[in-house]
Amino acid sequence: MPHTRLLRKLLPGLLLLIGFTHSQAQDTIPLELSGRATNGTRIAVANFKPGAAAPAPLRQVFDTTLYNDLTNAGIFDLVSKSLAPQVTPGSPAEINLPQWSASPVLASMVAFGSLNVSGNRLAVNGYLDDVKNTQFPQVLAKQYNEDASVESAREIAHRFADEIIFRLGGTPGIAETKIYYVHGGGGTKEIWAMDYDGANQHQITHLNTISLSPRVSPDNSRVAFTSLGANGFKIRMFSLLLGRMVSFPEGAGTNESAAWTPNGRQIAYSAAPNGDSDIFIADTSGSAAHRVTSFKGPDMSPVFNPRTGSQIAWISGRTGLPQLYIMESDGSNVQRLTDSGYATSPSWSPNGQFLAFAWNRKYGPGAPGGQDIYVMEIASKRWIQLTHDLGPCDFPSWSPDGRHLVFANSPNGRFGDSKIWTMLADGTERKALTGNGSDMPNWSWK
Amino acid sequence: MNSIHTPKPLPSSRMVALHRPLLLVLAGLSLALSAGCHKKTSGIDPSSLGPSANTAPAPTASLTADPVAIDLGQTVVLNWRTTNTTVVTIDGIGQVNANGTQSVSPSNSTNFHLVAKGDGGAVEANVRVTVRVPERAPASTGTVLSSGDQSLVGDQAFKAAVQDVFFDYDSDDLRPDGQQAVVQAAAFLVQHPNIRVLIGGYADERGSAEYNLALGENRANAAKTGLINAGVAPGRIRLISYGKEKQFCTEADETCYQENRRAQFTIDK
Repeated sequence: MPHTRLLRKLLPGLLLLIGFTHSQAQDTIPLELSGRATNGTRIAVANFKPGAAAPAPLRQVFDTTLYNDLTNAGIFDLVSKSLAPQVTPGSPAEINLPQWSASPVLASMVAFGSLNVSGNRLAVNGYLDDVKNTQFPQVLAKQYNEDASVESAREIAHRFADEIIFRLGGTPGIAETKIYYVHGGGGTKEIWAMDYDGANQHQITHLNTISLSPRVSPDNSRVAFTSLGANGFKIRMFSLLLGRMVSFPEGAGTNESAAWTPNGRQIAYSAAPNGDSDIFIADTSGSAAHRVTSFKGPDMSPVFNPRTGSQIAWISGRTGLPQLYIMESDGSNVQRLTDSGYATSPSWSPNGQFLAFAWNRKYGPGAPGGQDIYVMEIASKRWIQLTHDLGPCDFPSWSPDGRHLVFANSPNGRFGDSKIWTMLADGTERKALTGNGSDMPNWSWK
Repeated sequence: MNSIHTPKPLPSSRMVALHRPLLLVLAGLSLALSAGCHKKTSGIDPSSLGPSANTAPAPTASLTADPVAIDLGQTVVLNWRTTNTTVVTIDGIGQVNANGTQSVSPSNSTNFHLVAKGDGGAVEANVRVTVRVPERAPASTGTVLSSGDQSLVGDQAFKAAVQDVFFDYDSDDLRPDGQQAVVQAAAFLVQHPNIRVLIGGYADERGSAEYNLALGENRANAAKTGLINAGVAPGRIRLISYGKEKQFCTEADETCYQENRRAQFTIDK
């Protein structure tokens, strides 16, 4: 009886394994998983019209960032810059819409505007026009005014891109989101942050020790992470608002892998007060800690269902090699989701439907097979494999729009050669965001 | 120290269950043959024996030493098992747990005398340890081990006497060689009660960083449990798991993986 039940659970996975091509396998998983819309809105982006005092580097960063953000969104059919008219309409009065709807541009939408520097201020006017609506073409008109700097130019481009993505795609864009990660070398690892596209990489902590597993709070105010101190690895907190560490009490034993509830009021984490780790939940000041699991064997890497806040996915070694489990956040209704191998590092999709995780399905000394990124639909336990033959991949983390995943990959499995990569949630459009020595990415909630 | 024999690992709980009737008989026999049948009775979990018809069953006790003869300065592991007892004492050591092991390094041949008292009466067990005292005792290891001057014990003596405990792949079970290392470490710590020990738990470079941090804690805890069972006070022991964050070596081969899968003892200063 247990065998038939197991077989039934395994069967969808086996079917995926047996000869189904990648695209066919996708058909068995709902559409949300496919990152790229095949017939997305065709959109053109004009270079913004520079004012006389606008420095070239600033203009280039703005134009490149805006174009890349719309490309990265994965929902548009972008007109390549070489096909677009070589004009820079700075305002609705200056744009000639038929020029953008004609072949070979064939755009449905066009983004354009102006960029000026006066004094120390950068002023940007951004517009989005519906090319086919000649009577009332304007979809968006936005004004931005910031300190004149390359960073401001990049940030304004992200904000304008997100406006366009939200208006045309229906879900908030991710161009303003951040990725927190571990970067280090020479025996220390610090928490770093970067923009979602890999730009603006900068160090957050300066603790001169080994810090791991950054998890940013849903409101972007704090980063919880795991750090080695005199008493071992403990949960620590960095305030992004104050720009410094804030106190967090040390629990007994190894404390690691914090995860925020979607309302930001509690964290789940792994703690081993008596030599064996379990999942605990405490409020974000570290008080009112209570145990949720109690089973011999390692329990770690919890993550809340971001949609409900009432379920936890985590990794447990209670039966031997680590496997993926889910439960209610009170510890009830434990379900094992993986049937074999070595599963780690779950990340719960924003819509609550999927878990991304790292899995080596044929783990063992001398066994073939690699650790790759997988996505499982929780309701059906069906899964698809997103990475292939890259060397060990780990720590997938969903983008807030659920269309992207960031993860770490090292060809030889070592930290020193580990880079952070991004890809669409169907595994396509993979590209590196960082150089070597970067690991454990965590995508911000917004 | 090379004459210390490895105590046999306790049989698994499944074996205890399979042989429960046999063990019941042996437990009774051990009343009469206290020291003689220790190996067969070791591993009896009193709670697995079930309720007895007698409301106050007679206590049983066995006490063994391994080895029973040593040179001066070497260490003997005392191993005792009792059932139905409330108070167990060993002369020269004091009150102890119902079952346990302890390393001792007597300076003369000694009769170790265990008294186990329970609601059903009292029972004794004895074992004699013969110490071969050379005509002129060397002032080397024997002095260090039996000296009461713990404050002078340096890292070197500690490292010489206390070895790392190595683990199998993805395991926190103490192997026989790990048992031996723990018993050896416990012997040194019992001899030097002022030393506090830090146990670091380590993992090889394969697999997830977060999982390995938890696994390292389990490994350090396995070594800690071994020390406590061998008579080291829990308050002297501190654990830190380093997971795979502090690699001892970096070659991608089994020799190096094994070096990294360990619990390491250091003096906790």
